[in-house]
Amino acid sequence: MKVIVDQNKCVASGQCVLSAPEVFDQRAEDGIVVLRAETPPEGLADDVRQAVALCPAQAIWVEEQEDEQ
Amino acid sequence: MKRIVIVGASAAGLTAAETLRRRGWDGRLTLIGEESRPPYDRPPLSKQILTGAWGPERATLRSLPDLARLRADLRLGQRAVALDVPGRRVRLGGGESIGFDALVIATGVAPRRLPDSDLAGVHVLRSLDDAIALRAALRAGPRVVVVGAGFLGTEVAAAARAMGLDVTVAEPEPVPVRRPFGDRIGALVAALHRDHGTRLRCGVPVRRLRGAGGRVTGVEFGDGTTLPADIVVLALGARPATVWLEGSGLRLGDGVGCDANCQAAPGIYAAGDVASWPNAHFGTRMRLEHRMNATEQAMAAAGNLLGDVTPFAPVPYFWTDQYDTRIQAYGIFPPDAEMRIVHGDPSDSHFAAAYGHHGRVVGVLGWNAPRQVRTLRRLVVDRAPWTTFAAIPALSPATVN
Ligand SMILES: Cc1cc2nc3c(=O)[nH]c(=O)nc-3n(C[C@H](O)[C@H](O)[C@H](O)COP(=O)(O)OP(=O)(O)OC[C@H]3O[C@@H](n4cnc5c(N)ncnc54)[C@H](O)[C@@H]3O)c2cc1C
Ligand code: SF4
Repeated sequence: MKVIVDQNKCVASGQCVLSAPEVFDQRAEDGIVVLRAETPPEGLADDVRQAVALCPAQAIWVEEQEDEQ
Repeated sequence: MKRIVIVGASAAGLTAAETLRRRGWDGRLTLIGEESRPPYDRPPLSKQILTGAWGPERATLRSLPDLARLRADLRLGQRAVALDVPGRRVRLGGGESIGFDALVIATGVAPRRLPDSDLAGVHVLRSLDDAIALRAALRAGPRVVVVGAGFLGTEVAAAARAMGLDVTVAEPEPVPVRRPFGDRIGALVAALHRDHGTRLRCGVPVRRLRGAGGRVTGVEFGDGTTLPADIVVLALGARPATVWLEGSGLRLGDGVGCDANCQAAPGIYAAGDVASWPNAHFGTRMRLEHRMNATEQAMAAAGNLLGDVTPFAPVPYFWTDQYDTRIQAYGIFPPDAEMRIVHGDPSDSHFAAAYGHHGRVVGVLGWNAPRQVRTLRRLVVDRAPWTTFAAIPALSPATVN
């Protein structure tokens, strides 16, 4: 899976970091999301989907790769 | 079970539909929404949409292909007008009646107005159309009075000021946002607005609006004074949208009264701004008008509808953006809670505060401190003892109000 974030939409809620700390972090100065892992291992996929669903700003997407579907 | 119906096609209704599909519900799914636009997000309406930083389309919640993937019978522009609980049917405004085996109520809230406020130049802000209309009115350079200094009113004032307008906020309480966060945070929010050139008229109630020729001309206060205005924005809070449920037999006090699992009656669930439920984490019944809650509660309600039996006991999350300041809060903020500054300093516009109630940490609030407040949230989740902050000096007076 490939993870995409939109820093212009992010409202720094930190929900993604709570859901998947291995994949997401927040910038120190303003809390805006930063990606730690653009293609996280399959074992984290559910945590990432949880982050996508919970993000209050619709700032995270995933592109599922063909071979995973 | 053959058919699930969801009424209200916004944050909570859409999340309920997506959760049902993600959790494997393959049967019929009907999503009924009064607004004819596809679902969009409300928080940007009083922020980026009002200032013009975003075009209206950026508030859209899902692309059309994503909506199609829901395989739902999407009834936009249709209003539910009645619910027959024993007959398991929802009636629509056009007369059609739709049967269901399970129902999710997600109809949100509707803004309060003042009596006799049906004048040109008077606005409320709940929908995208409201935001587009208000933005168009603000672009003409009017003098603006915002009635109500809750979060919506203060955000609208900040956006109007950012457009360079002459803005006054009128509020009967002594400080803005007092009900949610108390006097101290309220005083800081007041200072923030004054620093940006927004006038505050606090402590005096608005008596009525003044108009001439069908157009608003000003606001009259309880002390007899008036303030001229070209545009008046009513930000007086909102009422749960439950008119369509009257006579259904559901418990309607403050919104749709649910049990701990978000169930209002067998097979009937509610989620989002319209729902009240006992939150076991805090041992109190609540109804939240928070964006995150719409998602979380809809996920919980949909899961329980499919058989989970999981009490919904979240730590609420809320944020507001005003000018360059972002306030974020986790938990609850009872008026008799004790507050301590646990990180940073309010005079630097960067701090975090913790709130103790009955010996436990029940809330944390960050003022331009997103990472700190996220870390502190753990204490609310763990119901950490208030003595965690024993080493931090108490404020005087110690309580919030
Ligand atoms: C301007 C604005 C700014 C906000 N900013 C923030 C913020 O910064 N932070 C935050 O945490 N929260 C914020 N909120 C609150 C947040 O947007 C709400 O909590 C969230 O929208 C609730 O979602 P909901 O789906 O429960 O209700 P709603 O979004 O109100 O959706 C309910 C839907 O049901 C429809 N409906 C109502 N009655 C019927 C009927 N009888 N039949 C069919 N359809 C019906 C309505 O038309 C509406 O589309 C803001 C809200 C507004 C209005
Ligand atoms: S959950 Fe969304 S809004 Fe919150 S920090 Fe992550 S990307 Fe930003």
